[in-house]
Amino acid sequence: MTPFQTILAKELRCFFVSPIFYIVGAVFLFISGLIAHLMTANAGQQTIRFLQIQNTYAQLNLNELVFRSLFYSLDFVLMFLLPILTMRLFAEERKLQTFELLLTSPVGINELISAKYISVLLIYLGLLSLTSLTPILLSLYSSFHWNPILTGYAALALQGGFFLACGLLASATTENQVVAAFLSFGMILLIWLLGGLGSLFGDTTIGYVLSYLSFSEHYDRLVRGLLEAKDVVYYLSGTVLTLFIAHRVVDSHRWS
Amino acid sequence: MITVQHVSKHYGRHTALDDVTFHVKKGEILAFLGPNGAGKTTTMRILTCFMPQSEGTAQVAGFDCLDQPMEVKRHLGYLPETPPLYPELTVDEYLTFVGRLKRLTPRTLALRKSHVIDQVGLGSVHHRVIGHLSRGYRQRVGLAQALIHDPPVLILDEPTVGLDPKQIIEIRGLIQSLAGSHTIILSTHILPEAMATCDRVVIIHQGRIVAEDSPDRLSSRLRQSEKMSLTVKQPRPDWLERLRTLPGVLNVLPTAEPNTCTIDCQLEQDLRETLSQFVVSQGYGLLELKPLSFSLEEVFLQLTRQEGETETGEHDHRDSIGQSGQSEPPPA
Repeated sequence: MTPFQTILAKELRCFFVSPIFYIVGAVFLFISGLIAHLMTANAGQQTIRFLQIQNTYAQLNLNELVFRSLFYSLDFVLMFLLPILTMRLFAEERKLQTFELLLTSPVGINELISAKYISVLLIYLGLLSLTSLTPILLSLYSSFHWNPILTGYAALALQGGFFLACGLLASATTENQVVAAFLSFGMILLIWLLGGLGSLFGDTTIGYVLSYLSFSEHYDRLVRGLLEAKDVVYYLSGTVLTLFIAHRVVDSHRWS
Repeated sequence: MITVQHVSKHYGRHTALDDVTFHVKKGEILAFLGPNGAGKTTTMRILTCFMPQSEGTAQVAGFDCLDQPMEVKRHLGYLPETPPLYPELTVDEYLTFVGRLKRLTPRTLALRKSHVIDQVGLGSVHHRVIGHLSRGYRQRVGLAQALIHDPPVLILDEPTVGLDPKQIIEIRGLIQSLAGSHTIILSTHILPEAMATCDRVVIIHQGRIVAEDSPDRLSSRLRQSEKMSLTVKQPRPDWLERLRTLPGVLNVLPTAEPNTCTIDCQLEQDLRETLSQFVVSQGYGLLELKPLSFSLEEVFLQLTRQEGETETGEHDHRDSIGQSGQSEPPPA
């Protein structure tokens, strides 16, 4: 086993023995199930109202009524929950002083960060894949377009991956897990609000730049079913940049 | 095996290490002795490539700590002050994890793991979760972690801290058994430990090396007088003054115990006979006369006196404040 695989395996194991993972997983799945149920029930009520008013049978768009709102709500849930998943990554190592063990072993910081990131990403993608129960179940009883749902899931995966990178960076800066969680939560909110700030500036260069930096417009396009390279590039480059900063932060501990 | 030349470490304006130079030969055990905050841990962190030095060069097993950190890390085992343990793993899982980090092959790892578990006496707890182990066992797991890849160089930061006396003796024995095949640096602020385990002692104080020698030679080098302790049964009021007049006696000081004094004698003069005859002839009733060996402890205090003085100063101050409030009997 390479050190990368070793750390990855150990991280995954630590997730499965920690109560935090189960709590976050349970809350995430429960909330996403509940939201899906509410959206579906709402769609059902709208159908009935439609029938009463127009007295005709109309084909309702489930993509718009259920899934789009589901994806927007899940995005919000992730903002709160993912910092909890990532907060222990480095903060705990520093608290336990195992950071010293890792850095005095023949392991590069690259391997360390990538193993930790991949571990939490796998955990998140695992949880996310469990929510696919909603579209699968709905597809048994109704018809809708699968493509926007697939891009929606891609958006959730990319968005979550970016949030996890922010969380990892926050965790690398402190040895207090609560501080790490709040810091990553703050970072994510700040990046989100850049979009609002951008729209204040309107059609100016600053406005465009700020809106581009926020993930909301990229997420929006993907959820609507528009798969564009620039959005994917935004997420991937944001994630890589954040991980690179985390690398510098971890390295800088040695100098302080 | 370990070469440190003119190494300094600055934290902003604070200088943690100031021009430190020392060498450790292959198979030697070197003790780093110093009060807390003297720079022991900083030196060890530099040698383990955990942090880079500000100036100077450090080499471990022939590799430079700045230029070839991966090679250095491969060749050393490090036990930090707090053993770096994951409480949720079992001892077995933890050692496997560390062994893989140190890039051991599965077969070597299995062999080394069972060997190390025997070596540090973890046989009865190897399947238990580290979080449930006592302090002594955790310290041993930390030591096992440093030994797992059989490194030629071992760097142990206070290896016996938190252990009970029996465990301390076991661990010291283990460290001594490793000497010869391993080069070991250990830090401690417990003097008998350095006396008991090490070939050489480096005393470090405020980031500087203040002395470096074998424990015996250090104590003899700094010895200025032979000391004797004398206890008698019925002294006369002027007995101390009369003892002071004897040839070869430099000073006589009463001790806290009744009818006992400490006598400073000139170097290389055995005054035991003269003293005993004198005491008997004066009818004081000789109960005990014994030479006091000049311990490493005194060497240490002498070398680091500056700090000692400031500490006592603070202490006195605190005492005087305490006494003004309430009258406590002075400690016996």
